[in-house]
This record gives sequence, structure tokens and C-alpha cells, in this order.
Amino acid sequence: MDITFLLNGENVTLRDVDPTRTTLDWLREERGLRGSKEGCNEGDCGACTVMVTDAGGTSALNACILFLPQLHGKTLTTVEGLSGPDGALHPVQEALVTHHGSQCGFCTPGIAVSLAAGQLNGDTAHDDVLAGNLCRCTGYAPIIRAADAAAGAPVPDWLSTLRAGESPAASAEVGPALPDSSDALAHALMERPHATLVAGATDVGLWVTKGLRDLRDVIFLGGATDLQQIEVSDSDIRIGAGVTIAQLLPVMADHHPSFAEMLRRFASTQVRGAATLGGNIANGSPIGDSPPALIALGATLHLRRGDVRRDIRLQDFFIDYGKQDRVAGEFVEAISIPRQSDHLKVYKLSKRFDQDISAVLGAFNIVVEDGIVQSARIAFGGMAGIPKRATHVEQALTGQPWTQASVDAVGPAFAQDFTPMSDMRASAEYRLEAARNMLTRALAEDQGTPVSVLEVTP
Amino acid sequence: MSARGPRIHDAAPLHVTGAARYIDDIPVPGDCLHLAFGLSHEARGVITRADLSKVRAAPGVIDVITAAHLPFDNDVSPAAHDEPLLAKGEVFYHGQPIFLVIATSHLAARKAARLGDITIEPRPAILTIDDALAAGSRFEAGPVIWTDGDTDAALAAAPRIIEGQFEMGGQEHFYLESQAALALPQENDDMLVHSSTQHPTEIQHKVAEALGVPMHAVRVETRRMGGGFGGKESQGNALAVSCAVAARHTGRPCKMRYDRDDDMVITGKRHDFRIAYRAGVAPDGRLLGVDVTQYARCGWAQDLSLPVADRAMLHADNAYDIPAMRIESHRLKTHTASATAYRGFGGPQGMLGIERLMDHVAHALNLDPTSVRRRNFYAPAGSATPGVTHYGQPVEDFVLDNMVAALEASAAYAARRKAVDDWNAQNDVLKKGLALSPVKFGISFTLTHLNQAGALVHVYQDGSIHLNHGGTEMGQGLFQKVAQVAASVFGVPLETVKITATDTAKVPNTSATAASSGTDLNGMAVKAACDTIKGRIVAFLAESRGVDTAKITFEDGNVQVGDDTLSFAEAAQAAYTNRISLSATGFYKTPKVAWDRLKGRGRPFFYFAYGVSMTEVVIDTLTGENRILRADIVHDAGSSLNPALDIGQVEGGYVQGAGWLTTEELIWDDAGRLRTHAPSTYKIPACSDRPDIFNVALWDAPNPEDTIFRSKAVGEPPFMLGISAFLALSDAVAACGAGYPDLDAPATPERILTAVTRLRQT
Repeated sequence: MDITFLLNGENVTLRDVDPTRTTLDWLREERGLRGSKEGCNEGDCGACTVMVTDAGGTSALNACILFLPQLHGKTLTTVEGLSGPDGALHPVQEALVTHHGSQCGFCTPGIAVSLAAGQLNGDTAHDDVLAGNLCRCTGYAPIIRAADAAAGAPVPDWLSTLRAGESPAASAEVGPALPDSSDALAHALMERPHATLVAGATDVGLWVTKGLRDLRDVIFLGGATDLQQIEVSDSDIRIGAGVTIAQLLPVMADHHPSFAEMLRRFASTQVRGAATLGGNIANGSPIGDSPPALIALGATLHLRRGDVRRDIRLQDFFIDYGKQDRVAGEFVEAISIPRQSDHLKVYKLSKRFDQDISAVLGAFNIVVEDGIVQSARIAFGGMAGIPKRATHVEQALTGQPWTQASVDAVGPAFAQDFTPMSDMRASAEYRLEAARNMLTRALAEDQGTPVSVLEVTP
Repeated sequence: MSARGPRIHDAAPLHVTGAARYIDDIPVPGDCLHLAFGLSHEARGVITRADLSKVRAAPGVIDVITAAHLPFDNDVSPAAHDEPLLAKGEVFYHGQPIFLVIATSHLAARKAARLGDITIEPRPAILTIDDALAAGSRFEAGPVIWTDGDTDAALAAAPRIIEGQFEMGGQEHFYLESQAALALPQENDDMLVHSSTQHPTEIQHKVAEALGVPMHAVRVETRRMGGGFGGKESQGNALAVSCAVAARHTGRPCKMRYDRDDDMVITGKRHDFRIAYRAGVAPDGRLLGVDVTQYARCGWAQDLSLPVADRAMLHADNAYDIPAMRIESHRLKTHTASATAYRGFGGPQGMLGIERLMDHVAHALNLDPTSVRRRNFYAPAGSATPGVTHYGQPVEDFVLDNMVAALEASAAYAARRKAVDDWNAQNDVLKKGLALSPVKFGISFTLTHLNQAGALVHVYQDGSIHLNHGGTEMGQGLFQKVAQVAASVFGVPLETVKITATDTAKVPNTSATAASSGTDLNGMAVKAACDTIKGRIVAFLAESRGVDTAKITFEDGNVQVGDDTLSFAEAAQAAYTNRISLSATGFYKTPKVAWDRLKGRGRPFFYFAYGVSMTEVVIDTLTGENRILRADIVHDAGSSLNPALDIGQVEGGYVQGAGWLTTEELIWDDAGRLRTHAPSTYKIPACSDRPDIFNVALWDAPNPEDTIFRSKAVGEPPFMLGISAFLALSDAVAACGAGYPDLDAPATPERILTAVTRLRQT
């Protein structure tokens, strides 16, 4: 596979790249650009953060799980490219120095790049910008002081092209491993039905960096821009499988704000910028955060194999742990959410608020009229081998008054729906109790009781 | 320049641009090889068969080394000689290194390391504190017991007994730079080692043993670490020794860095503890006698567990003058990774024990916890009858009364206590908690001979200064603080002083940069070296110019000689041409310390560092989710050499300490496998976990003891300020019912919900 991209302003063409060579290894081992650090090699610490710019804008991404072909046709800016040609520091670098934002300094290049990307995008929600950058030394306080200080500074001239989203012309020679449309993808996948599909690589990346798997047969989805569209019609919201979580978030903020608030805590900025909705569904994880919310909204999955398309309820896609209703050569093309008035409440429960895999994720779509539950679609992640509806709870609740007494009465139904497991994230007992209590939370929220520790101020 | 000032970290401009070099960033010769360990897949067992043919045949593999191939000492322990680099027929924990792969790339080495076909016949594994107690598996013959006064009599006479027991988890260091080393073979069997270590001399020592050469044949250099926190005091030995052995074996440079998961599985962590307490208390909350039992899970090898457990005992009093005390310390040997040094070195565990007891006492007696604490404080500094610790050291510098009063005022303790109670009366789902906790931390290595340091300073003929000492830089800003000392002695701008990498060939026989001692020890050693050179220059100028030495001063980059002014460079040039030596070593040893660890009596500490924190939290009683809303801290850094860097230590220490007690949970399964071996499952605080409001102030008062410019050590003490976060969570849980929350640490959402449920049901 041959690819072309811009690296800190310089055109780079690579011939016959190993499709699973990570950007971080390539930068450090072949280009001698050792500013980006390897802290965890799984996209959880942000020490390797780089900026990637394409027509959609600039994202901070984790270079350790970013395969080189994902850069094709894009602009890559590393920490070495943050400073000006004359060595002038970027405003965020200057502020980090002035405000004592580095101690051991190992996380600092990644923090500088994340802050620079945030500054470029005018994003001043520093906690969210930095949710994917771990620092063990500072306690973050001086980093935030630096971020505040630099927020108002202009984007330096030497990075202004990033704001315009300029990228090198992708080389004409786009092979079958990098299809440029869903049609081309469908065709390629018919030829190689067992190929591994790579969208954001936030999951597959770990198969390589941690599982040490040799993936020879890989198809990258990033070039199929027609899979990256979101269409809002009167009847539904149709989300292309290649839409990133970052792109989905503002749309959900308009239609289902609780979903959007969960997406704000979905992994980190770096992961949301790469991970796609299609990937979060198609990998079949029992702890993916989007499926329970989508199931509660009654989403439909659009699958395609060659020229054959079929639609199924998302909840039916997940058959068993590790098993989905998808045949060889078939891929997720899009997800549709029916338009509806918003009743959705999504609760993500984890040891840490940001960048943490859920112990339990509960999604509650409960419609109440005149104090009576008219309908209830409730789905959970982390409670079974698949994202799963709480059908017994739904049935027990429907038609009942929306009161604590009803919530208490349906409590036993949770154990009929779920037999969760114990693992390093939570015990089975805790999962079950927390899931039950989430229903109480949903009621309390409707009653106007404060229920979120994230909304309490000192 | 003045020695004091909020100077930026010397390497900050390098950090932010990515130009700061860590081990893996050092340019290496093209023939450099890379190493990885093959690990045990059993916690305990006997290796009955090891087929490494697939490893050898893997792409890029140059060779594979096992215990049988090691030519000399197969040991990487700091002292006890009980920790083979590669397993010798038996394995003692899951993840123990068994063989070493030498390959042409890091990835090739990692891939090959997984191809070992090793049969291990399992033996029963001792994994938990209970397992170890049942099996009598421990270091030393039995528990260490210290007694001070007649505790049994005090408890028998006490009007009220408070007792309890709780668990506290360990902690993964999670330095962002994983362990790493690079060895470059030299002529004549010499070896140059670059190591990410807090203890270059120990690396030198272990490498020399492994190569069968004297220490003079090994040079170890450490410019910086990407974080240490105690985790690089002894845990880097295995990598440095591997690199040296492989480099000797192949004749090529060898580099090794752990992948994060390997690092978390192989290396030691903070000791988890169980603490049981029984206290006799007066109605006003005064402690009359305390009986404490500390159970430390030490892992398979001794490492630094004995001094860690000692320090836990030494901090079992924290800030409180307890008339009678008995402490029993169990150092339990388990088939898990060998627990090691971690910021505070047992102090946090010991301190949490007594703070938990204080909290329990206040709850049981329905008294304000801060008042109970204050009532038990040691007598303030200047008192005619200072309190004496349970190990016999008078506490003559106690300043917590004033510090607590200052914090209560600045953080509005009383008003916020009422506001929290009001909130809790009005809210069913979300409950708030507030707690204040003090820190008194002993400064000095408890192994007395370690309290020494050396320095090497050169003044060149152009007036530039080369600075070197035995301390290592792990982010704490040691190099800058010590450079400030050097610059102030010579009265030159900081830029005149070149900070250089720690190097065993420049300063020998150094102690680990640990026990918060870096600036205290190395600052004094550097000052001694600088004073020596300065004294020679003064003597020379006085004699050659006929000026009284009292009229020769160094400031603003100049040397004032009577009425004449020379630039420092001119003075250096003149001294050089007159054959004055401009190079000197410096040495320092901490005065006054004397300690008998077997008896548990003496003066282990030169002085104490103090701090106090107040934390406000909110919990969700439906899920146990929780958040720190506000933290206020006053911390004693003596006359701070660098307030900016010291505040950095305080902020970072608090958040790391709070992390230990909240989100950071280590989980081993029944087979002894660590299940939380990556940041995906082990959660250190993220950016949004820091307190919304975070007020940190230094208690600016000179150290009564004669330390470097009267400053105080600041590396470890602030870590224990995080205890107030745990106590605040307990306070929030207490708002859910009448009972005592009885919270274990870390207080994860699950533990909090369990405690809330228990309280609501009783």
C-alpha cells in the first residue's frame, strides 16, 4: 500500500507500508521524531498525542494506535511541529512553561498537542480536551492554569493552514485496502470477505499493539467518505457507520442531550476523534457505550453485503457474546434513530468519570403521560454478554404509575433480565444493585431531585 | 542571585517541545539490540520443561538467555539476595521473568517472548493476607512489636474502647515513562549504562555483580526519569542488568523498556495493608492508649519491605501524642509481585490507620473530628515539655496547631461544616462530606548510613559552572533547586550553572533519591563544594590584591574585591592563571540521627514536615459515584527554596494520594494474576478528577534545624494530604445512617454504595 500525507509541513510518500505499522513507532523509529512518547501503547494515556487534519477539521489522536494508512491524504502535526520555524514556542507551550505545567515532562508533549488542538478548535472545555492525557506528577492544576492562560492567544501563523483544513492531494493510486466509497468497500469485501475492517483503530489497534497479532488482510474505511454522513429527516436520524463519536456528539446534543452527555464521557477526545459509531457497534462488545442508548431509542441497523442491503433492529444484531448477526463480507453501512420526542436518560457508571470503560451503562427511554408509564425501552451495557434490553423490567413498569413504589415493585425483574458477571470493574451484586438504582435515579430526575454529582458545585 | 525564587523547572522548555531526552530517546548505534522478558504464567510452581525453540526461531531473534546462561550473579534484589533476574527452576509470582529475548527490534523481542513453551507444575500459591497468616508465610521470624508505655493497662482503665479493622489497597506507580535501560559495551569489559533509575549506584552495583567486574568498570548515567515515585528505586535493576548482560554477551548495545502491561505485571507496587486498631479513649476524645496491628502484603521477595513496614510503624502516631502505644507489624510473604517503595514508603499506610481511628473515635463520641484531632496533638514547638513519640524521639518542631487554625480560617471550616450538614438534611440522593486531616512526616532515611550525599562542582576558566551531585531528577525539580543553591553561593545568574546528568563516575556511593531527601542532602553537598571553591578564590584574591577576605563578596555575576569589581568570569580566569584549583567535591551527612530499628528506639528523623488539608466531596447514594469538590491545603516546606516547584509537589501529591484512596484499585484473581495491568483497567486520576476548587498555600517558616537555607523536604509529605479525601467520603456516607461507615480503601463507587446500603439498612 502506498500512502501520502503531510508531516509538519513536509510531503511524505511511503511505499509498501506495513498496514499495521503504528504512526508512533514510525515517527520514533524511522523519522527520528522522538517527541511523541509511548506511555501505554493502547490509547489510554495520551503521551503520544498528535494532531491530524483533514477536510473535516483538526483532531487530536493517539499515535500509538493510529495505523499509517489512516493518515493517507491528511496532515499530521507532531509536537515537533507545534513550535514555529524559528523555534518560537506555541502559546500553549509558553504557558505550560510559565505556569509550571510540567514536572517529569513525559506526558507534556501529548498535553501540549492536545491543548494546541483545543486552542485551534476554540474548545475551552479543558477537562474534556485533556480527558485522554494522563499526568501523574502535577495533579493537573498548573496545566489547567496554563490552558486558561493560553486559551485567548491567537493560533500561530505557522499552524493557520491547519485551521483551513488543508491537506495534500491524496495520491491517485488508491488500492483496494483503502476504498474511497461504500460501493468500493462492498466490492472489496466481496473479494476478501474475511478481511479485518479498520475504521478508527481504537479497538483493532490493541489487537496489534497488545495482542501482537499480525493482521495481513486489512481494509481501511477512512476513505469512504459517503459513510461519514449524518442525515436528519422528519422520520429519522441516519448516521453513517464511519461517523466518529466526536461528530455524533453535537447532533445528539440537539436531539437527545443525555446521550450527548454520555458521549462527552465516551473514552477521550483522542478516541472520540478516531472511533466510529459503526465500529462501536460492529465490534460486538458487551460494554460498548453507544449500543444501549441506541437500542433504547429503537435504532435500526443498515447492513450491506455486495449490493444486498438489509435492515434489522439493532437489538437483534447482538446474538451472544462475540456473536453478531453479520455474515462474512457484510458490513454496517449506517444506523437510523427514529425521530421522537426526547425522553432518553443515559447513565454511565465507571470507577473514573473520564476515559473509563463502563461497569454498567443504563439507557432509559420511558414515556410517561398523566403520571402513568406509557412505554419503556430500557437497555443496559455491562450487564450481560451483549448490550441487552431489560424486557421484564419494561413489562413490569409499563402501565404503572411513575412512582417510587412502582420502581421498588419492579426491582426483582432486574434479576430476571440479567445475571451480570464479576470482574475487575465491578462485582455482579454491585452491577445489579446499581442498575436497579438507575431506575430510581431516572424517576428522581423526573421529579427534579438533584441526582448528578457532576452538577454539584462546592 | 538569591537562592530562593519560583523558578521554572530547568527542563520545562525541553519538556514542552518534546526535546527532553528519556532513555528511549537517546540516539543509539545502528546495531542496537532490544530485549524482552518471557514471563511466568503461574503464581507458584516448578518449571518442569522449557522449550524455547520457537522463541529462538522467531523473526529478528538473536539469542535467548535463561538463568543457566548467566555467567555471574543472578540477582537483582536491592539487599537480600533473594530476587533472581531470571527464575531458577521455580516461579514465585505470575509475571516473574523466566527468560530474556535479545532481538533486532522492541516489537520482535516482545513477539518472541510470548512464544516460550514452558511447563510449570503448580504449587499452592499464597496470595492474600489471610493466606499468608494461615501459612505463617512472612519475612523475619515473627511480627515486629514495639511498645511504649503500658498499653494494656491504659486500655483496661479507659472509659471507652473503640475498635475496628479495615483494608487499604496498594498502588501502581504509573510513572508515565515505563522502566527502561540502555547498555553500551566499552573496551576492556567496561560497561556504560543509561538507566531510568532513582538509584544509579545500586544499578552500578548490580550490573557489576552480574558482569563479574568491580564497580569501577561500570558507569551509570541518569539524566531524568519520566516519573519515579519510588517505583524506580529498585525496580530498574532487572532491566539494567539484562541490558548489560546481553550487551556483554553480544558485544552490541542493548536496550530494554517494558511495555506498559509488562511493567504493571512485573514490577512492585505500594504495599496493601490491613490495619486493626483498639483504642482506649476519654469522653472528650483524648486517646489514652492505642493498640495497632499492621499487616503488610510484601509479595514474593523482600525488596524494601522491612524499612517500608518500619516506616508504617513510625507513622502510626501521625500528629498525636499517645500516652501508651503498642504496634505489631506483620511482614507477609505472598506469591505476588514484590511490593516496593512508593512515595511515603509505608508512612501513608501507618498514617491512614491512626486517621481512620481518629475519625472512628469522633463518630462514636459524636464529637467534631477536627476538635478531637487537635485535642490529641503533640505539644507545640517551644513547649517546655515537648511530646515524645512512641519510638522515643522528642517532637520539638510541632506547628500543626497554628497551621490547622490558619486553614480553618482560610477555608471557612465551621461555616462549611454547617453548609454540608444543611445540604445533607435537604438532599436524599446526593450527600456531601467534609474532612480535615493533618500530616506529620519524618524526614531522613531510617537506615542511618544512607543519610549522606556527594557533589562535584567545576568552575571553568570562562566562569561557567558545571554542577553534578548524586541526586536524580524524576520531575520534582531537584536539579533546579540545587542549581539555585550553587548560583547563590557564587552570586551568578542561574544560566551560568550547567545542570548535568547524574553519573556514578562523577559522584560515587550515592544513596537513592528517595525519602524526600534529594534537596536536603544534595543541596548541602553542593553548597559545601561551592563554598570550597569560593573559599579558594577569596583567599587568592585577598592575598593577590591585599584585600581583607571580609571585603570580598559575590553577587550579581560579579566579585567585589574591596573597591574593585571583577566579573565572575574574570575572577575565575585570574584564579586559573594563578594555578588555583577550581574544582571541588562536596560531602554532607545528616546530623543528629541515630536509630536502633530492632528496638524501635532512637531519633530516626532529623526533623518533621507538616501539612494539613481539608476536602469536600459529594457522593451519589444510588451508585456510589463521587467527586472531590474542593480541597484546601496549607503545607510546610520550611523556607521554600522554590515555592513554585514546591507547590507543584503539594498539588501533585494530594491528587496522587487521593487517587490511591479513591479510583485506583488493584485486582488480583484467584490464580494470582493481576487483572488491572493497563490504564484501561487501572484508573489514576484524570484531569477532571482534581478538585474544582484547589487552594494550596505554603506555610512559610524557617526549618528550626539547619537544613539547606532552612527549607524542608517536600517530595513525600503532601501525598498524605489526600487522606482527607477518603475521610470526607466516609463523612458523606455517615450522613446516610447512624452507624460508622467502616469504609475500606480505595473508596470506589462500589465500596461507597456498599457502605451506604449497610448504613441505611441498620
